[in-house]
Amino acid sequence: MTVTEAITRAHREEWARVVASLAKRFSDLDVAEESAAEAFAVAVERWPVDGVPPNPGAWLTTTANRKAIDRIRRESKRDDKHREARMVSDDEPLEPLGAIEDERLRLIFTCCHPALARETRVALTLRMVGGLTVPEIARAFLVQESAMGQRITRAKAKIKAARIPYRVPSAEDLPARVSGVLAVLFLIFNEGYLSTGPDTDPVRQDLTAEAIRLTRLIRTLLPDDGEVAGLLALMLLTEARRPARVSAGGDLVALHEQDRGAWDAGLIAEGHRLVRERLAAGVAPGRYQVLAAINAVHTSARDVRDTDWSQVVALYDQLGRLDPSPIVALNRAIAVAELDGPDVALAAVDRLDLDGYHAFHATRADLLRRLGRSANARDAYDRAIELAGNTAEAAYLTRRRDQLAVRPS
Amino acid sequence: MQYLVSVLHDSTALATDEEQAAIDVFNDQLIADGHWVFAGGLGWPDAATVVDNRGDEAMFTDGPYVESKEFLIGFWIIEAPDLDVALKLASAGSKACNRRVEVRPFL
Repeated sequence: MTVTEAITRAHREEWARVVASLAKRFSDLDVAEESAAEAFAVAVERWPVDGVPPNPGAWLTTTANRKAIDRIRRESKRDDKHREARMVSDDEPLEPLGAIEDERLRLIFTCCHPALARETRVALTLRMVGGLTVPEIARAFLVQESAMGQRITRAKAKIKAARIPYRVPSAEDLPARVSGVLAVLFLIFNEGYLSTGPDTDPVRQDLTAEAIRLTRLIRTLLPDDGEVAGLLALMLLTEARRPARVSAGGDLVALHEQDRGAWDAGLIAEGHRLVRERLAAGVAPGRYQVLAAINAVHTSARDVRDTDWSQVVALYDQLGRLDPSPIVALNRAIAVAELDGPDVALAAVDRLDLDGYHAFHATRADLLRRLGRSANARDAYDRAIELAGNTAEAAYLTRRRDQLAVRPS
Repeated sequence: MQYLVSVLHDSTALATDEEQAAIDVFNDQLIADGHWVFAGGLGWPDAATVVDNRGDEAMFTDGPYVESKEFLIGFWIIEAPDLDVALKLASAGSKACNRRVEVRPFL
């Protein structure tokens, strides 16, 4: 392993625990984050000269601790206040290694606190736990770097001023708070899987990988939580299809056209194992578990014709009871089209109030095409293309529309 | 750590007897649990006067400092170790007075 690889790996594996251990000691996310960043900068300078230390995590934590102490000393001198000076001694023993997982969990719960705006939680989690830089996060969410920097700075200031606690919520509050954390991780995953914006890659593997990594972390910390397992399975089964999802020309490839041989068998096996584990648990599943089960049905079929559509519809019925949203009804209709025909599905779709949603028009377009109503299908494709935020998806819809155009309608 | 829990409202209707009774129960609980610092209801924005004595002489302006549909109708100042506790208390307060509330930390 080269020094550069060692630094990259240390960044991926140690960033969150360095930040978490500093946040715990100094009760200040600003100090924790900036000192961690400084410690990695020192590593970039020193490791090529001195060699990679035997325990990179401990080296980075020690270095970051010193940087934090320097920083607090400087600040207390400048502000002429010494109330923080009592924390500023370097001889305090570092936390034993066993507590580390809990510290990272604390960090995640702090970043995903419900008193912060949803988009702020996403940004803060990517920065503090994922170790992404502010420019990387700004690019992922198509905002100006300065605006993203301010958002993160404001969030850290609010955490400090309003005293958002740095801890894992009590058992009584945990289920509600875990669902907020999972929602943030799912948002990160989806932004990677179907990136929005004309200038981003249609698939951001860095974000999907990060979301999976953080969900795995949550799962090691909360192994008995069914929805955590469900979300992880859902992400793995979705990620498994990624290699077949965009054509060489950059078009999105629909599920029924994908080369199933290109799917990642390892990820599918792991996802199926998690879904079976949840079924065996015999506990009423939540939203992510049902979504994972739907994806398990799709990924079990060797060919799209082998798909057990009646089971997919039954699972969407179950999902609709947990989450009676028009988007769930839309997805159910797509499966109904395979089971009962496009006319039945279209009748269901036309009842939905989703005019501003690109997938609604894309679904209508496809059903109208299958019913031979080309002129209506073309209008629906136009509307879907107009609303699609993902470049590969827009390219796919344009191709489908233009295929219509060559046939007489 | 102290927090200001502001009660937001958009009409001049007084608290109903039921709301007032629930507020009394909530206040008693705050006192019993050691969270109580101070609380009060406020007169309507119509009763406000803005004073500006930054210049040569004090200027008095009739009415609130900002015109908005919603205004402050009362507040609690509570003692809580962190925001989680403050938000729990504020949730109970919102339920008791049947209004939205805003939580802000004192510096």
